[in-house]
Amino acid sequence: MKFADEFRDADIARALGARIAAESGDRHWKIMEVCGGHTHTIFKYGIEDLLPSNVELVHGPGCPVCVIPMGRLDDGIAVAHQPGVIFTCFGDLMRVPGSEGSLLDAKAAGADVRMVYSPLDALKIAQQNPDRKVVFYAIGFETTAPSTALTLMRAKAEGIRNLFVFCNHVTIIPPMKAILDSPGLQLDGFLGPGHVSTVVGIRPFEFVTNTYNKPVVVVGFEPLDILQGVHMIIQQINEGRCKVENQYKRVVHDDGNPKALEVLARVFKLRSHFEWRGLGFISQSALELQDEFAEYDAEKVFSVPGVRIADPKACQCGEVLKGVLKPWECKVFGTACTPETPIGTCMVSSEGACAAYYNFGRYSRARERERVLASAEHPDGNGNGNASGNGAERKFRPIPAQVG
Amino acid sequence: MVEPGSGAAIKAASARNADPEQRVLERIAEIRKRKPSLREDAITMSHGAGGKASHTLITALFGDILSNPVLDQLGDQAVLMLPGVDNVGLAVTTDSFVVSPLFFPGGDIGELAVNGTINDLAVGGATPLGLSAAFILEEGLDVATLRRVVESMRRAADRAGVNIVTGDTKVVPRGKADQLFITTTGVGVVALPQRLAMHRIVPGDVVVLSGAMGDHGSTVMLARGDVDLEADNLRSDTMPLHGLTAALLDAGIDVHFMRDATRGGVATVLNEIAQAAGVAVAIDEVSLPVHDEVRGVAEILGIDPLYIANEGKLVAVVAREHASRAVEVMRSRPEGAEAAVIGEVLADPEGMVFLHTGFGGTRVVDMLVGDPLPRIC
Repeated sequence: MKFADEFRDADIARALGARIAAESGDRHWKIMEVCGGHTHTIFKYGIEDLLPSNVELVHGPGCPVCVIPMGRLDDGIAVAHQPGVIFTCFGDLMRVPGSEGSLLDAKAAGADVRMVYSPLDALKIAQQNPDRKVVFYAIGFETTAPSTALTLMRAKAEGIRNLFVFCNHVTIIPPMKAILDSPGLQLDGFLGPGHVSTVVGIRPFEFVTNTYNKPVVVVGFEPLDILQGVHMIIQQINEGRCKVENQYKRVVHDDGNPKALEVLARVFKLRSHFEWRGLGFISQSALELQDEFAEYDAEKVFSVPGVRIADPKACQCGEVLKGVLKPWECKVFGTACTPETPIGTCMVSSEGACAAYYNFGRYSRARERERVLASAEHPDGNGNGNASGNGAERKFRPIPAQVG
Repeated sequence: MVEPGSGAAIKAASARNADPEQRVLERIAEIRKRKPSLREDAITMSHGAGGKASHTLITALFGDILSNPVLDQLGDQAVLMLPGVDNVGLAVTTDSFVVSPLFFPGGDIGELAVNGTINDLAVGGATPLGLSAAFILEEGLDVATLRRVVESMRRAADRAGVNIVTGDTKVVPRGKADQLFITTTGVGVVALPQRLAMHRIVPGDVVVLSGAMGDHGSTVMLARGDVDLEADNLRSDTMPLHGLTAALLDAGIDVHFMRDATRGGVATVLNEIAQAAGVAVAIDEVSLPVHDEVRGVAEILGIDPLYIANEGKLVAVVAREHASRAVEVMRSRPEGAEAAVIGEVLADPEGMVFLHTGFGGTRVVDMLVGDPLPRIC
C-alpha cells in the first residue's frame, strides 16, 4: 500500500454511490457525522457529489476547536500575556477569536505564543527554557487527551516543574446525548468518530442505539470509509436493525485501547460541568487534572479572569453544531463571518462545518449539478462530464490528456 | 430508482434546495469582489504568508498609498519605458529573503535570493541583466556563515549567467534581526508589446505546471526541526527558470501568462489568475505532480501540497492548441522534466478555482488563510 490510495478509489466510490442510491429509495435520509475529521474529509474529497440528493450529511459537534467557548479562550490569552510565559497550542487554535482578539493578535502584541504539533513539543520547550513557564493549551476529545496525559506523566517522572496544562479536553458522549435530546432534531443515524473510538472503543455508543433507537457506524477518515459507513446505516435501517457497527476495524478495537483509558483515568477526572460553544453547559462533559497533578494545572497556578462570555448574537454556531442549520443558512455565513474574519468557531478550524463548506463545498455542488445536467442533456453526454460545446459556453470540459 | 448524479436526481435536488443556497453563494461572490480593507491593528504572521492577508495588506495599504499606473498592475515585475525606445522595456523586481534556517537540503538563503529574483523577471518574459543585493546582518553573525551564503550567491549568479553588480550592508544590534536577511533587486529587458499579460488569459486556455509541487516548503519546514519528521530524499527545488521561460517563448508557443508559484503555492497563483483575469480555473487532482515525500509530509501534517511554497516552479497559461507543445518543451529541459497539464481556464464562475478530486467529487480551492509554514523564503 502506498499512502491510502486504495481508500480513495474513484471506481469503487462510484459503485458504492450507486448502491446507496438504489437502497436509499425515495425517502429523505439525514445522517450526522459526529467528528470534525469526517467533515473535513467529506468536503475535501467532494463526497456529497457522489451521494444521491436524498441522502443528506449533517455536520456534528466533533471539531475540538469549534466547541471552545470564548471565555475559555480569553482565559488562555490572559495566561499568554503573563510575564515569563511561553504559551503553546495547536495551530488552528491561534486564529480563534476571543472577546478581544485571537492568540495571533496576542502574539503580535508581544506575547510569546508558539504553535506545536504535540504536547511533547511543549515539554521539550519547557526543558529548553527552564527559567520560563511553558503553558500547553490542551484541546480535543478522547483522541488527543492520552497524549496530554502521557506528557504530564513524563514531566512528573522527570521532575520538570515549569510545564503547565490549561486543560480543555472534552468527551464525545455528552454532546451527542445533548444533540439527541434537543427538540425537533430528525436524524436517521450517526457516523461514529473513528479516532475517539480507537481509545474508548465502540461500546460507549450503545446508548444511542438502545435509548434513542438510532444506528451508529464507527467509520474511518478516508473517503471510502465514509461512503461505506453511510451505506451500512442505510442497510441497518432497511433491514430493521439498530446497532453499533465498526467499519474502522483496521484501527478500532471494539474495546478501545485499555492502556490509553488507564492513562486517562490516572491523569484526568470529569469536571462537574463545562461550557460548550453553542451547546451551553453540559454536565460531566469535560476533563480536568487529578489532584495529583494540581501543580501542573494552569488554571490553579495562574489567575485567569474566568468570565463567561456570551457568543456573539449574530453567530449561530450552536445551531450549526447541532445540525439544525446548514452552514450557509446562518445569517452571517460568508458575509460578516469568513475564514479570514471568523465570528464563530465553526469558521476557524478546517474541521469546522462552516470553514469546510466555505473553503471546499461552496459552489461545487451547484456547479457539479450543472455540469452533469449539461452532459446528461447532450446527445453524446454520458454523465461523466464529457459535455462538449465551444468557447465560453463550456463548463468543466475534460482536462486535456497529459503528454509523455 | 434515481441514479446518483443522473440528470433527474440533480434536477430534483436543484429544485429543492439550490435557490436559497445559490442566493447565499451569489452574495458571497459579490462580497469577494469588493476591494479588501485592512482591519487589523497590528501586523500578524498571516500578513507575510502569501495568502489572503498578504493580498489584503498589499492592495489595501501599499497599493492604495503608493498607487501609480505601473504599480497598480501588481505584476511580478514592473516594466519601465526607456526614453525614445518603444520596442524594449526595462523590467524591475525586488524580493526579500528571511528564511530560517539559513541552510537547508537543496539550497540556502543566498541561492534563494538570486534565483527568486531571476524568476520574478523570467516569468514576465524578461531577460535578466543584473542583480543588486542588500544585506541586513545581526550583530554576532559568524563571518564564516556570511561567507558561505555569499559564495553560494556567487555560484547561483554564475549558473544563471547574471552578475550581482551592486549592494548594501547594514548591521543591527543582536536580537533585532535573525542572523541574516537579504534583499535582491533584479533588472532585465523585455520585448514590447509584452506577450505575457493577465488580460491575455481567456476561457479555453490550458494551465501547465512546470514540475512537482511543495518541495521547497516541506524541506524548510522539516529543516526547522519544528516537526519530528525526516525525509531523506526531500530537497528544496530552488533554481533559476529564465532558461525554461526563454525556451518556451523561443519555441513560438503562445503563452498568455506565467507566474512562479512561491509562497502560498500553486493554489495561490491560480486564485490570483482567476481573480485578476475574471475567469474560473478548474484543475484535476490526478494530474497534479507531487513527489511522494511531499505527499507524505503533507498527509501527516494535514497540509495541502497545493498551498506549499516552491522556489523553482512556474504556472503557465497557454493557448489550448499549444498545450502539448508547451509540456514537450518544458520536459526537454531539467527545470521542467516533470511538467504537466493540470487544468484549464473556464468562463465562469468568475474568480473561482475548482479541483476535481481523484475520488470523483469537486471542491473549491480558495486562497490560503493563515500561516501554515512560517518564513520559508
